[in-house]
Amino acid sequence: MEISLHILDIMHNSIVAGAALVELTVIEDTKKDILSFTIKDNGKGMSKEMVEAVYSPFTTGRTTRKVGLGIPLLKQAAEAADGSIKITSELGVGTELFAQFTHSHIDRQPLGDMAGTMHQLITAFEDIDFLYRHSINGKEFLVDTREIKNILGGVSLKENEVSLWLLNYLTEGEAEISD
Amino acid sequence: MKSLAELEAIRQKMASNVSMRKDDHATRVVIGMATCGIAAGARPVMSAFIEEIGKRNLEHVSVVQTGCIGVCRLEPIVEIVNPDGEKVTYVKMTPEKARQVVAEHLVNGRPINEYTIGAAE
Ligand SMILES: Nc1ncnc2c1ncn2[C@@H]1O[C@H](COP(=O)(O)OP(=O)(O)OP(=O)(O)O)[C@@H](O)[C@H]1O
Ligand SMILES: [Mg+2]
Repeated sequence: MEISLHILDIMHNSIVAGAALVELTVIEDTKKDILSFTIKDNGKGMSKEMVEAVYSPFTTGRTTRKVGLGIPLLKQAAEAADGSIKITSELGVGTELFAQFTHSHIDRQPLGDMAGTMHQLITAFEDIDFLYRHSINGKEFLVDTREIKNILGGVSLKENEVSLWLLNYLTEGEAEISD
Repeated sequence: MKSLAELEAIRQKMASNVSMRKDDHATRVVIGMATCGIAAGARPVMSAFIEEIGKRNLEHVSVVQTGCIGVCRLEPIVEIVNPDGEKVTYVKMTPEKARQVVAEHLVNGRPINEYTIGAAE
């Protein structure tokens, strides 16, 4: 498993919750020895009880409701790297999930392919806007699909040329902050 | 370096080509992209298709993602659907196979039988 796949899963939760805008911020700081990400959406949100329940689906007795694995698996991955996750949510407003890992921890999963992850989400869910930020030791790469769609007018992100441009733009932006 | 200015140029070019486009007669490349571990293998395959189709400027081909196609042990799976609805299913795809499928199947019109689901079963 890679962290980018957890991110894909958590962002998918936001999409299912009806978000119009999903903001992802990934921060890597090797001096503080932290890798963290925050996913914030303006979807339907969760009640307090729901937020508490989603951390621990393995506690039985909750047979009335199916609880998924996306959040528990992320929690497990973060804790394995001496980290944690935190969810805050408000019904009708949105949800924010924060996850933190110890960057140098031997059991920290690799971040994985962020360019591919963002490309997949942006082209698959054209009606949803994404604000993506990734910073490594202060160097930041930012993509705002609202800006991209503004430039595109009505031209679809699924067009081959546009899709290829986006993939290269993301790949090069990631490479630039990595060195 | 790719820039937003370059995107603007792409848009202008596409806007002027709009009348020539006939997407409803397109061949579709359908890639199974589940939001689970399988996505890890499917992603480089999708990137290879996008790169190869974009480079060769195959305007009659569109790339579509879908959820899990089903047969997990044969993932990544890619279906190529021609304008008549005829479908060829490729299994256990890799970026290298994807490039070959673009060259042979999409450009030359010859499906690569040894990569299809029929050969795998
Ligand atoms: N961003 C969100 N907004 C609203 N509800 C959410 C959000 N994220 C999670 N939830 C709720 O928490 C539940 C559990 O999420 P989780 O990702 O753990 O599992 P799942 O999405 O149900 O299933 P899986 O991810 O295993 O396919 C979701 O079904 C949903 O009801
Ligand atoms: Mg989920």
